[in-house]
Amino acid sequence: MGFRFYLLAILISLLSTSVLSDLILSKVDRRIDLTSQIVRITTAIKVENTGSEPVSEFLLAFPEHQAKNLAYLTSAANEGKGKVKDSTSSLPIEAVDLNGMPPALSFYSVSLPKGLAKGEILTLDVLAVFTHLLRPFPEKITQADIQLMLFEDSAHYLSPYEVKVQSLSVKLPDARIEFYTKVDNTKIHGSEIKYGPYEDLPSFSYLPIGIHFESNQPFAVASELVREIEISHWGNVMVTEHYKLIHGGAQSKGEFSRLDYQARPNIRGASAFRRLVAKLPPRAHSVYYRDEIGNISTSNLWSDSKKTELVIEPRYPMFGGWRTAFTIGYGLPLQDFMFESEGKRFLNISFGSPINDVVIDNLIVKVVLPEGSTDISVSAPFLLKQRQETKISHLDLVGRPVHVLEKTNVVPEHNQYFQVYYKFNKLSMLREPLMLISGFFFLFVACIVYTHADLTISKSSASYLAKQQWDEVQTAIEQVQNIIHRCLAVHDKLEASLRDLSRTGDVQACKAARKSADVLLKEVSKELKPLLSFLQSSLPAAQIYPKVEELVAKEKELQARLMVKHSTVVDCYEKKSGGRDVEKKVAPQQLKLTALRQEVDDLLDFIDEI
Amino acid sequence: MVVGNAESMKSDLLSSLSIRWIKLKTKQQEVLIRVSILCLVYILAFISRLFSVLRYESMIHEFDPYFNYRTTLFLTQKGFYEFWNWFDSESWYPLGRIIGGTLYPGLMVTAALLYWSLRFLRFAVHIREVCVLTAPFFASNTTLVAYFFGKEIWDSGAGLVAAALIAICPGYISRSVAGSYDNEGVAIFALLLTFYLFVRAVNTGSLAWALASAFGYFYMVSAWGGYVFIINLIPLYVLVLLLTGRYSMRLYVAYNSMYVLGMLLAMQIRFVGFQHVQSGEHMAAMGVFFLMQVFYLLDWVKHLLSDTKLFQAFLRVTVTCAVGVGVIALGVGTASGYISPWTGRFYSLLDPTYAKDHIPIIASVSEHQPTAWSSFMFDFHILLFLFPAGLYFCFKRLSDATIFIVMYGLTSMYFAGVMVRLILVATPAVCLISAIAVSATIKNLTYLLRTKRKVSQTGSTEGINGAKASSKALLDRSQPFQKNSAIALLFGAFYLLSKYATHCNWVTSEAYSSPSIVLAARGAHGDRVIFDDYREAYFWLRQNTPQDAKVMSWWDYGYQITAMGNRTVIVDNNTWNNTHIATVGRAMSSYEDEAYEIMRSLDVDYVLVVFGGVTGYSSDDINKFLWMVRIGGGVFPVIKEPHYLVNGEYRVDKGASPKMLNCLMYKLSYYRFGELMTEYGKPPGYDRARGVEIGNKDVKLEYLEEAFTTSNWIVRIYKVKPPNNRW
Repeated sequence: MGFRFYLLAILISLLSTSVLSDLILSKVDRRIDLTSQIVRITTAIKVENTGSEPVSEFLLAFPEHQAKNLAYLTSAANEGKGKVKDSTSSLPIEAVDLNGMPPALSFYSVSLPKGLAKGEILTLDVLAVFTHLLRPFPEKITQADIQLMLFEDSAHYLSPYEVKVQSLSVKLPDARIEFYTKVDNTKIHGSEIKYGPYEDLPSFSYLPIGIHFESNQPFAVASELVREIEISHWGNVMVTEHYKLIHGGAQSKGEFSRLDYQARPNIRGASAFRRLVAKLPPRAHSVYYRDEIGNISTSNLWSDSKKTELVIEPRYPMFGGWRTAFTIGYGLPLQDFMFESEGKRFLNISFGSPINDVVIDNLIVKVVLPEGSTDISVSAPFLLKQRQETKISHLDLVGRPVHVLEKTNVVPEHNQYFQVYYKFNKLSMLREPLMLISGFFFLFVACIVYTHADLTISKSSASYLAKQQWDEVQTAIEQVQNIIHRCLAVHDKLEASLRDLSRTGDVQACKAARKSADVLLKEVSKELKPLLSFLQSSLPAAQIYPKVEELVAKEKELQARLMVKHSTVVDCYEKKSGGRDVEKKVAPQQLKLTALRQEVDDLLDFIDEI
Repeated sequence: MVVGNAESMKSDLLSSLSIRWIKLKTKQQEVLIRVSILCLVYILAFISRLFSVLRYESMIHEFDPYFNYRTTLFLTQKGFYEFWNWFDSESWYPLGRIIGGTLYPGLMVTAALLYWSLRFLRFAVHIREVCVLTAPFFASNTTLVAYFFGKEIWDSGAGLVAAALIAICPGYISRSVAGSYDNEGVAIFALLLTFYLFVRAVNTGSLAWALASAFGYFYMVSAWGGYVFIINLIPLYVLVLLLTGRYSMRLYVAYNSMYVLGMLLAMQIRFVGFQHVQSGEHMAAMGVFFLMQVFYLLDWVKHLLSDTKLFQAFLRVTVTCAVGVGVIALGVGTASGYISPWTGRFYSLLDPTYAKDHIPIIASVSEHQPTAWSSFMFDFHILLFLFPAGLYFCFKRLSDATIFIVMYGLTSMYFAGVMVRLILVATPAVCLISAIAVSATIKNLTYLLRTKRKVSQTGSTEGINGAKASSKALLDRSQPFQKNSAIALLFGAFYLLSKYATHCNWVTSEAYSSPSIVLAARGAHGDRVIFDDYREAYFWLRQNTPQDAKVMSWWDYGYQITAMGNRTVIVDNNTWNNTHIATVGRAMSSYEDEAYEIMRSLDVDYVLVVFGGVTGYSSDDINKFLWMVRIGGGVFPVIKEPHYLVNGEYRVDKGASPKMLNCLMYKLSYYRFGELMTEYGKPPGYDRARGVEIGNKDVKLEYLEEAFTTSNWIVRIYKVKPPNNRW
């Protein structure tokens, strides 16, 4: 690699004469942050237009090895004098292919909206974020070794413009520095290395430097992350994130000793990481952490009103080159992320992973909208690959529309909000409950139909006929029972009238009751006759008929005795004989009545049980 | 007094009114109560099996279920024909295994059908959830079958009690909690269904029921090897009926159609194949089948011949001929090898000591041990006492159906005594017979109470008119002791049944709901500590070893490694090739250099051992090691058990035999363990599972290196080093 840089440098120096425009960089301050696996280069550039024409674009150059790992690039015009500035005024950037430029360089053009008139000075803040730019060296280490990283860049700012004054500072993690290239004006301050200032360098000047240092930061790289955001208009946004994680640092070789790792995890296993922190939005609920083979029990959740913090530990400590895969999922309240504008709903949710310091090689975000959503469109702050698919989930008929967004090389800087606009009719929400309800409804209807419908194929088979006859007998018996019950009710009424008599002495009322009872009983006996004759004639009732007959006979007897009792009591009252006499006369009858009533009840029970 | 009477009358009136209000006949009320009880029992059976999900998670348990889960996954992903023709190269390396031809597909097909139908009904369930809940679902269905069975052999009351008893019986729950996705889960349902349909067929003589029982049998054959029990019990039952003179046309129709159709259907299962006509275990059924024909012939001839003497002679000749032909056929078949002799498993069922002497691989499984009394008590509780009572009731009311349940109960109890796992088969019988006891007793007692109550009721209502004396007389006439003792007995019965319920609940939640993949223990402060080491190791294997890596471990872990670790194993729980297992046993019990040769020849990349010395987990490989020696020594006489013992004693401390201290298993288990402090106040290298300080603390490995050890050291994985360069 190093060798190639030198070649590049020579190449560049050959081409350095071709100056694009009359821009001059009067001051360049570069700061390289190497404290994590993500390399962030912040450059403050003071641009001056020395030409006569106003300039509307400004070129940024990156060598090939950086360009292919460039994950995020933004630049902002810094107009004020370093005080409060509207940092949101980021300038549009696009990759350009320029003729006559060295092919080993990639160019990005920053368009200056206001243009830069002659003699004007503009300060630009450029932030470039790179992944996989640090190279482990040696590439394989044992458990006891420390992990060393190699970083290569140029001490001079690589630019198609002339640079008047420039400086570079490199921030390293607080640890050992194995080696760094010493050129002119190199200073070291603790964990910070300073190059420069250098003055009056021509365009495309390149001075390769290398820094070799210890870094035990987690090199967690998600080779693939699939985020599924599922919206339910019942008030929930469910986020499921499937990670395929790899330790992207130096590969581990040789033995893994649990004993060493347990005893001195900071020395034997310094480069390994054992936990990750996911910062979930506040009010996240139903959080889970699992993988293909089940729940992973090593996780912790803290939540307060501002945030929810999920600390997860993979099943095993992650050493260099080791892989793992897991899924985290959580629910979010819908009202925090769902808004409406101009008749459309939109979801406003962050794009990247909630786990900080994870580099995502390939991020796929799937937004699953409720069934029946239409007119789906996405607005995102950066370029994405988009496609549509459908997902069939619970109680779906046609499937839910899924909007898939893909992006490679994702860093935490991409954790910005994006919006998915769509149209959705509130009534569609009722579709699934209605489906469930109708499902059960039809089930019950089917049951009712089944129990009531006659599904016999042969209407003339013996068993079918027998069953029908038996049904008829049963209804007849039922009717007989009803009639007996009515008779008994009449008896009760008569008894009640007697009690009234003893209380009030109103003989006439009692007689009236007797008359009405007589009428009722007569009607009843009329009804009973055809039923009894039917039962007598029907064959299946042969067993039960004697019992029914007995029942009717007993009832008749009961009736007769009651009548006798009734008339004696009434007679007595008419003759004004004393209460004692009445009781004496009635007592023997009363006993028999009780016994008969008991027998009738027993018979009713018996018939019931058949 | 009058007030009280009036009140009682009012309440009587109210109650009668409320019943009249709904306008239900007694019959309908009974149906309503019965159906609602059954529904409750159905739900109860399901939810009482969900303890494991609540305590742990929705996961597959133990060993075999992982294989079933893996195959079900394959079935749902690749379809039935792929599944049927599946040659699995991930197990039994380098032999492989023809999965489609060596498994009972009933369980997987059932789960897949459930999964597909749920998917069709638009429930987007995961196949794992379906598999986890298959066993509880079928347990619920079993309660329904138990109800109908009970109704068939006794009455609907006994059926209800049987359903309730079997819903929570620990003997059944042990094999059907959520997550225990094993053949037995559906097989007990199939077994009981087959029996029920067969008894129903015998009772009715209906061809339809006989065919239904044949299909039930087919389902059973497709689900579990325990179908052999059915195909031997039913002929035995038929034989008993024949001998007790209960031969009837009903029996003839039921048995013949069930046997012929069931046999033909069973042949469709590849794993069973032609065993019904070729294996000694199935010959009883065939013999009884022919015997039935002879009986039929005799019956016919008896009908034709009026002369009894002539018939006697004919009978003698026919029986002699039939028996002679049968014996000769069996003899020729066996001698020519057409009929295979009984398998070792079958022998070990009949004779509990057989396996110990002849088949160590069967004897090494803990669930194949003879049952201890305590586990009978644990699994059956009061049913153990109700069982004889139920037998008494059955004998008191002998019928074709009760004879069947008595025979089923007695034979299965014998088998339950031979092998722990067969308690499962006995459970339905025990529940049914106990249900008969409970139902009959309670019915008698309540009958006594009810007749009495009615008398006293009428007495009290009539009391208004001053007929107190008469009511008193009525009460006096009935025996007061009978009533009181009936109440006392009733309370006793309810007390026992509630004790049973609490026992079942406790057993289910404490003993039978552990997935055994995740171990839970109480920490020092009473909090729950989870040891998830198995999955840690398997997931490490899955993620951090090459796709084609071959893992050698003792066979217990084979299914789990292929299912969770997704790596090829040398041997697994299928144990179909004893030599292969013996080779692994030999490697584990050899010195490292000898073992290295074996491992090289088996193309092993990783070796996995389970070690409980740090956590005190006692079912680890060191405790299983003697079985490895025995099984290895059974095939390779180089391995001799006495070499690993000292005076017949198995030890791992300083007094252990030198061979033991230097064999591969010892080295892999205790590698670098000698430097570890496991317990305060004990020397380093103190083995907590066995409570000793290990004998060889300075274990050096030459051909292997530690690749991974889980956080509690329960699983240790070693990488087999490539051979050294010759230069």
